[in-house]
Amino acid sequence: MDVRVRLPAQLRDIVAGAAVVEVTVDSGPDCTTTVAMVLDGLAAQHPALERRIRDEQGRTRPHVNLFVDSDNVRDRDGSATPILAGEELSVIPAVSGG
Amino acid sequence: MTITAAFERSRDTTGAIVLVGTTKGLFTLRCADRGERFELTGPTFPGEEVYATCIDSRSGASRLFTGSVSNHWGPVLRRSDDLGATWTEDEQAALCFPDGADAALARIWQLAPGPDEEPDVMYAGVEPAALFRSEDGGRSFSLVRGLWDHPHRTQWQPGGGGLCLHTVLVHPDDPDRLLIAISAAGVYRSDDGGTSWRASNRGIVVEFLPDGEDLEFGQCVHKVARDAGDPERLYLQHHGGIYRSDDGGEAWTAMTGIAGMDFGFPVVAHPSRPSTAYLLPLESDEFRCTPDGHCIVWRTTDAGGTWAPLTAGLPQRDAHLTVLRDAFTTDGYDPAGLYFGTRTGEVYGSTDDGDSWRILAEHLPPVMSVRAASLAD
Repeated sequence: MDVRVRLPAQLRDIVAGAAVVEVTVDSGPDCTTTVAMVLDGLAAQHPALERRIRDEQGRTRPHVNLFVDSDNVRDRDGSATPILAGEELSVIPAVSGG
Repeated sequence: MTITAAFERSRDTTGAIVLVGTTKGLFTLRCADRGERFELTGPTFPGEEVYATCIDSRSGASRLFTGSVSNHWGPVLRRSDDLGATWTEDEQAALCFPDGADAALARIWQLAPGPDEEPDVMYAGVEPAALFRSEDGGRSFSLVRGLWDHPHRTQWQPGGGGLCLHTVLVHPDDPDRLLIAISAAGVYRSDDGGTSWRASNRGIVVEFLPDGEDLEFGQCVHKVARDAGDPERLYLQHHGGIYRSDDGGEAWTAMTGIAGMDFGFPVVAHPSRPSTAYLLPLESDEFRCTPDGHCIVWRTTDAGGTWAPLTAGLPQRDAHLTVLRDAFTTDGYDPAGLYFGTRTGEVYGSTDDGDSWRILAEHLPPVMSVRAASLAD
């Protein structure tokens, strides 16, 4: 399944200015696709982009929010949150910093 | 992936270059003839904290490195082969913890060239405290397992800046002899290229712990510098004292030549003149600013026996400045160029061994790292 991943402006230089990248994901044996699987697919296609989102232990960076359509995955099942066909994953920086 | 930096490459590649890493990006000072006018450019990588900068000139042309971290997007290692006109970040992460280490890179604190005879070898010191080695000119790094697996590691405590490995010194006559320093674990040395390590803090008094006069490790070493003439002679700025070693770090002796000035972050050795080093002490570990509003660089020319204050051109009134461990450096000239940056965004420079100073930049973000080099004619 192909999943659209929407990027913030700060990360678009890494993918030649694209606001959205399409990630091809192999669904699991139960035909589900999760946020983690999309990010794994992103790591294969655009490794420099994926490591802005997750550290090398696979943990989402603390000031990065991931949304499946309008749902923050932290309010659902985190990286195990399923993505259905047609849904979009958005990467949005948290309101933080100094 | 190539990222175009914020300024065009100068056709003139002679003179001096000073990299100024700040909490809001990298700034660069260029001087064509090491004369009066330094040109400031930047910020490059705006918004990123640049704790580590490096200028590696071992192969003739200067290669620049930065280690930065974004509050949102994590740490990045970049290099430039064209004096900062363009920067490259490797598609596969050049610097990250391997599977099984159960750690993630938080910050790059130090990027250090390896031995002269091995120009593709580089070292990186990071947080959480670990040493990485590159054998391909900084394109990829491997964790130095001997230090990571050291039995002391689980007992190391972080200093105020975090548990960071901030100093890497390679012995000029024996590339297998390495010295590193960690806040607040102290000095560790290896004589076998990093396979095995031992704490090397004898004589450094830890005033912030009970029984702190004879601790094997736990010292809050802020910086170590190697003497230009005697590679066994080292200068060390501790959290509470300045020290010298004459035996490669086996034992340390307190230097008492600057009365009442125990605290500070950087120590810099002259690049070519033996027994000559510089300190920039701060007032107490509670205040951490230049004492009494006076900005004073102290210089020894007798290996710490005596220290002389250098004030010409430095502010001597209402100057409450803080200079961090990697924000004071020297270039390769003789007489030496010396440069330091402050947490209040000023950069001062001297091109005469520190005899006189002038301000080169101001109103920058807080300065975390400064590195300088002369450029080939």
